[in-house]
Amino acid sequence: MSQTSDFHPIGRIQLSRRRFLQVLAGTAGALVVGIGTAEAFDAPLPPALLGDTFYDLGAYVRIDVDGNVLIGARDPDTGTGVATSLPRIIADELDADWNRVSVVQLGLGVSNNNGQPRWTYGHQVGGTGSSIPAAWADLRQVGALARWLLLQAAARRLGVSANRLRCDSGTVIAPDGRRVTYGSLAADASQVTLPTTVPALKAAADYHLIGTPAGDVDAHEIVTGQIHYASDQFYADELVAVLAHCPWPDGTLAKVDSTETLAIKGVVKVLQLKPEPGQPWGSTVIAPAVAVLAKDTWSALQGRAKLKLEWAPGASASEGSYALEQQAAALLASQAEPTTRVRNDGDVDAASKKAARRLDATYFQPWLAHATAEPMNCLVRLDKDQAKLVVPTQAPQKAWAVVQRLTGLNPDQIDIRVPRVGGGYGRRLDHDFVAEAVMLAKAVDKPVRLMWTREQDFTHDYYRSGSVHQLNATIDHKRQISGWNQRMVSASALAHRGVPDSQLWDSELQADQLPAGLIPNYRSDWYAQQSSIPRGPFRGMPYLSNAFAVESFIDEIAHLMREDPLKTRLRILGQPRQLPLNTGRTLDIGRLTHVLQLVADRIEWKDWLRTVNGLGIACWHVDGAYVAHAVEAAMQGEKLIIQRVVCAVDVGQVINPLGLENQVAGATLDALSTALNLAITFKNGQIQQHSYKDYPLASMAQLPDAVEVITVASDRPPTGASFLAMPTAAPALANAVFRASAVRVRRLPLMKELLRLL
Amino acid sequence: MAPVQAQALPTHADSGIVPEKVRDGVDLQINGEHFRHTGDPQMPLLWYLRDILRLTGTKYGGEHGENGADLVLVNGRAASAISLPVKDLTGKQITTVEGLSANDGTLHPLQQAFIDEDAIGCGYCTPGWLIAGVELLQHKNKPSDDDIDQLPNLCRCGCQTRVRLAIKRTAAGKAGQP
Repeated sequence: MSQTSDFHPIGRIQLSRRRFLQVLAGTAGALVVGIGTAEAFDAPLPPALLGDTFYDLGAYVRIDVDGNVLIGARDPDTGTGVATSLPRIIADELDADWNRVSVVQLGLGVSNNNGQPRWTYGHQVGGTGSSIPAAWADLRQVGALARWLLLQAAARRLGVSANRLRCDSGTVIAPDGRRVTYGSLAADASQVTLPTTVPALKAAADYHLIGTPAGDVDAHEIVTGQIHYASDQFYADELVAVLAHCPWPDGTLAKVDSTETLAIKGVVKVLQLKPEPGQPWGSTVIAPAVAVLAKDTWSALQGRAKLKLEWAPGASASEGSYALEQQAAALLASQAEPTTRVRNDGDVDAASKKAARRLDATYFQPWLAHATAEPMNCLVRLDKDQAKLVVPTQAPQKAWAVVQRLTGLNPDQIDIRVPRVGGGYGRRLDHDFVAEAVMLAKAVDKPVRLMWTREQDFTHDYYRSGSVHQLNATIDHKRQISGWNQRMVSASALAHRGVPDSQLWDSELQADQLPAGLIPNYRSDWYAQQSSIPRGPFRGMPYLSNAFAVESFIDEIAHLMREDPLKTRLRILGQPRQLPLNTGRTLDIGRLTHVLQLVADRIEWKDWLRTVNGLGIACWHVDGAYVAHAVEAAMQGEKLIIQRVVCAVDVGQVINPLGLENQVAGATLDALSTALNLAITFKNGQIQQHSYKDYPLASMAQLPDAVEVITVASDRPPTGASFLAMPTAAPALANAVFRASAVRVRRLPLMKELLRLL
Repeated sequence: MAPVQAQALPTHADSGIVPEKVRDGVDLQINGEHFRHTGDPQMPLLWYLRDILRLTGTKYGGEHGENGADLVLVNGRAASAISLPVKDLTGKQITTVEGLSANDGTLHPLQQAFIDEDAIGCGYCTPGWLIAGVELLQHKNKPSDDDIDQLPNLCRCGCQTRVRLAIKRTAAGKAGQP
């Protein structure tokens, strides 16, 4: 790759290149070690690190003669803290001194394997809860390998066998007390022949970084405004592109007059973009658009304001969110056959016939937008045999596929940089904006910096579908819940993405969700709803909507039975035991009960019937992790005050306790904000929310002053936590509101419904 | 000491060098430095900072600065940079997030407190919180919870509880302490 002097530096540091070891894990976690050559990234080095003094000890670790250590962070950090936690996993096995470690955000690692991409770093996805488990499976080995190389070099130098040496904070220590620093060993270590087997990993008792708190590695650059998100990066000869999107994803451009636009000083060109027929959602242009390309943002925006456009609607123009919800309710009333029977244990109908009591409730949840802080954007430079992009993405490998399809370049001719990302929440698993930027760059033969405005972010999203959940429980003569029948209607997030119809339920509800497996007669049905409004992955999906319905309903059952809702939950969960799940995991009832008890104790649940303030509780399990929330709320007239929020989590081994606490508290606030205020609606196929004014994320005043986070100590393999605390916050809040106001809210957003019902 | 003899400088007629005429523009003072903007005087400050000066700490939040990511200080008051045409800013002192720390790199106590409390989610909205927080602390050195509640910023990552702690830590004079 050639150096482009005008390229604004993307990452923190550029790396020199001596030798490149490709160390990556296969799908089963087996270590594959190979030696190859690869190109260096060519972002300029910060002056302090200039010079060819760093030696490679694997693809992620570099050490210089002074003992400074560079560690690569492979997964995009959208605010989840993986740029801190992943390098600490490596640094712990390496026995590095964290004060000497600088973290380098890695771009997409891809090489050319006979025309197919080979992912140099293996896992490169952020914000889906998979980063930590994947890192646990292979990045400890990366650190152990680098440490092993240093030990071999030290053994030769000291004339002591490697297994008699030990490492401590960047130093190798011999039995006689002689010490050699990593810096002095780095050059020799980089020449050591790689081992044929993976060096042994540490015992948990020897961790010095894993399990101890660390602040975000980017904190200083963030608070000084020095960090560069994708939208902060430029080419000197770029054109800034802003778009006017068609209001309907399936509409067409009927008329365009760009005369006045082209008269604006600085405007260079006006171009049209169209979705490619047959391409799945998220991989091509989201809706037809007219692009204004100009020398700077202000000119482009002025030019866009002067466009005279007429759009012809498509079939989606007949859609409305209100009508869709009414259709869903009618579908449930019709007793039609479900699209998919997701689970069917025992005989729900027989249990119903023998029931002593029945309870029915229907819960309504709105469509939601991602509302990332940083709007969609993309910087792209296309040369004859090279594409260079800076992309705010959660999944650079998926971005690569879009670029490859549109350019036809070889796998390794596509260089994707992934700086810190201004929020993801699932929106950046889709790459419509990358397709737009590449198409424009192809058309103008210049680098393009695409920038969406806030309004486009709200009106052209891959939304979380609204849903209706009808729950029915039967209680037998022994006061046991004998049957549970759950029916859900939603528009699948997997539609228009090449997923067969029989699998579309998978993004909407889970066969294993509570209380499946705990009630002898249990049935869950999913009903597909058709919609042209785009949908896609969303933080906490599908737990977010289902946990609200289920954990509210369990409270309603407790109320019907005049029972303490904590006791009802504990009764449903039963004795500590391992229940097999359809996913192949097991549900550990003891761990789930434990987090529930922890929040109950902290919030002093024994006083749950206190009259003025309401207490609410909820629990859930997510991919092997366990979460519970307890909320204390009070009503002051029509004002809802959230006085206390407690959250307990069990994620197995904690990598960074401070980072976990921030994720859990942050997701709690996000879930509360969403449940209190947020809904996307559409009329005539047009989204009605255009800014934060219409989609009001909770203000500081509306949110609790603190979130008390309790973390269970554990040495089980770690799970992800990026959305773990999303599902239970809203039902715990709604349950607290019920006890504070006697109003049961079965429709979100909560505040609007509460004020209607009060 | 003998007076220095005035020396006649060569005119441009002699040297052949024709100095460029001083261009008209809007004079701005940003983070203590002087700039002259010679482009469209209606250009919002946000785009001047980001596109022309490449001071990218101030973020685009929305067309009306709805989430507070584009806040800057104008004569000590927080204002949305996208809502300020540069022509209106002559003679005013503008401070962006890049200008909060001292010239020697010493952080503003609130910046340090954000690090101490790890009051960061994705970090995109952080500069706006800092500007709003600095303004608050300038006017109230011991802000109450109600005062902090009035901050206009929005954040989906959920950094609000930690921002509150960072402001209180600064007010207590404990920034940079364990």
